Amino acid sequence: MSRKKDSRISFDIERCKGCGLCVLFCPQGNLRLSQKLNTQGNPYVELIDAAACNACGICFRMCPDVAIEITGESSDSTVEKTSQQDRPSGKAGSDD
Amino acid sequence: MEFHRPETLYEAHTHYCPGCGHGITHRLVAEVIDELGVREKTIATAPVGCAVLFYDYMKFDIIECAHGRCPAVATGIKRMLPDRVVFTYQGDGDLAAIGTAETIHTANRGENITVIFINNAIYGMTGGQMAPTTMLGQYSTTTPKGRGKNAEGAPLRVCELLSSLDGVCYLERVAVSTPKDVIQAKRAIKKAFENQLADKGFSLVEVLSMCPTDWKLSPEEAVKFVNEEMKKVFPLGVFKDK
Amino acid sequence: MTERILLKGNELLAEAAVRAGCRFYAGYPITPQNEIPEYMSWRLPQVGGVFIQAESELAAINMLFGASAAGARCMTSSSSPGISLKQEGISYIAAAELPCVIVNIQRGGPGLGNIRASQSDYFQAVKGGGHGDYRLIVLAPSTLQEAYELMMNAFDYADYWRNPAMILGDGILGQMAEPVEMKPYSPILNIPSKDYVLDGCKDRAPRVIKTLILKPELGLVTHNEQLQAKYRKIEQAVRLCEEYEVADADIIVSAYGIPGRIAKGAVKAARGKGIKAGLIRPISLWPFPKKAFLKAARTAKQFLVVEMSQGQFIEDVKLAIECKRPVEFLGKGGGWYPTQEVILEKIEQMLRYSKGAGQ
Repeated sequence: MSRKKDSRISFDIERCKGCGLCVLFCPQGNLRLSQKLNTQGNPYVELIDAAACNACGICFRMCPDVAIEITGESSDSTVEKTSQQDRPSGKAGSDD
Repeated sequence: MEFHRPETLYEAHTHYCPGCGHGITHRLVAEVIDELGVREKTIATAPVGCAVLFYDYMKFDIIECAHGRCPAVATGIKRMLPDRVVFTYQGDGDLAAIGTAETIHTANRGENITVIFINNAIYGMTGGQMAPTTMLGQYSTTTPKGRGKNAEGAPLRVCELLSSLDGVCYLERVAVSTPKDVIQAKRAIKKAFENQLADKGFSLVEVLSMCPTDWKLSPEEAVKFVNEEMKKVFPLGVFKDK
Repeated sequence: MTERILLKGNELLAEAAVRAGCRFYAGYPITPQNEIPEYMSWRLPQVGGVFIQAESELAAINMLFGASAAGARCMTSSSSPGISLKQEGISYIAAAELPCVIVNIQRGGPGLGNIRASQSDYFQAVKGGGHGDYRLIVLAPSTLQEAYELMMNAFDYADYWRNPAMILGDGILGQMAEPVEMKPYSPILNIPSKDYVLDGCKDRAPRVIKTLILKPELGLVTHNEQLQAKYRKIEQAVRLCEEYEVADADIIVSAYGIPGRIAKGAVKAARGKGIKAGLIRPISLWPFPKKAFLKAARTAKQFLVVEMSQGQFIEDVKLAIECKRPVEFLGKGGGWYPTQEVILEKIEQMLRYSKGAGQ
């Protein structure tokens, strides 16, 4: 199974074409392309810091291949998410 | 918030290049169809172009048309089955070169269909020749010195062109080159389908899209090309809204 | 009591189509078939059908592609140059195995030509004017009674065989008027239900109508073989021609459409003069009624082909008789019309020559 799960976000490694749009637009700069290649020969998306991701969904929106999916959260993690949103955002230049 | 593959989008891996705008737009169309609950009464026409395999990705009835003829085929379907949701999905060559007459006249007749127009200013499938929307000075394999005003003429601005037609209900130009643009694109696409459901008439959404491969740019550079070059020549916005 | 009516050929074809259940027409004005779209423009709305004057002939054929995919009995009409414009669309419809009816009221060509009748689109109709290996079921009426009936049959053939059907007429047929008995429509075939129609995937899997076959690599070969298998079946099932005084004929005259009718008059006149002439008038041009020709070639000594072209139909006559007998040609393209007298003169000339040459 080629899915990797980091907190609420999961990546379909084999579906990812390594286009990098998600990396470009993540407001936290929290995504990167892997060093390894998938079986298609593409580098694939990875989370840098899983705990920092607040599942804003921008990566999903920009992904042409639905290689990223984001599932629902429990009430505990809602509290967690709020405190994450208090952190300063990492990457400048996104239009959100 | 949850973000999942829409029901209407098959799980097939697409053949599109990394960073291609088709993938994003397919997903938006599928999301809209899911949200409107019309998958089982949707019939679409597939173009000739990179999206010729549209029917491998979308879970509803689809007919593959001759190059440029989608609006005519859609007219035939919608006139015979007026309560179905009928739309075309076309590239710039399909809609604004070989299919120009069908595009204009279908719009002029005010056929109650939705048109999703992907403008990437190049001919993708055939390897990067000039499109009607290729910009002045832009390289293509058939304009190796760049498109020239005196030879090839200026690029066609489809939304502006169609806005003079009475039969047109709604025209909006959007892009899929930033998250904000993607959100706006989805809104426009949804409106274009809602118009059809409300029998309001011809609605077209022009989507400025990345084509890294034929622009010979990386996906990141292609995004920049849309944002910094294409948006200047093809301004975003609503051109008609009856 | 069957209704008898006096209508122009073009109008009659349109009325026959409507009675056979045609509910979608798209076309474009071009002489000499303009009465067809004009008639349809008021007649179809009367029966809840759709009429569209399309922006071009090629838009019209593509509208048919859609209407047919949506399950409608649909039709377009044009004349020679406009039929040329439709060829790509016709190839698509044949490849997708969808039904439709196309009417060609032939005029003089090539190019813009003139507006007189001709039969110069025979190759285009029968040898596949568009690209690829496909066939149209082509029917050629020579009287308006025949036109009325064949028009209705065309929809049945098209639906049954899932193939485009063509009525190959000409400007004379389109413009002439003669009384016709308007027999009520009655299907000549048991049409199966249309399980390929695109009408929304409620309660079923989505359907795709496409003609691009890239995978497997030779998938298109298989598709072509399936089409050819269908065409072989159609050839067995559809073989229409009129044979008049053929059994003991020394000379067989062959023509289709209006010249077929004129040639019949010439054969009758020849018989009146004691000449053993016969007529084979193909009514289906594809499939071609080869058997009738081959049988006649066993006993007849020579053939005369009359057509309003520079020689297209004659090739199929020669092929049908496997070149076993000499075949003379009487014809011109560009708006020339044969007369009974001219044909009779040619028959007599052929007989004089063959006697003189000791045959």
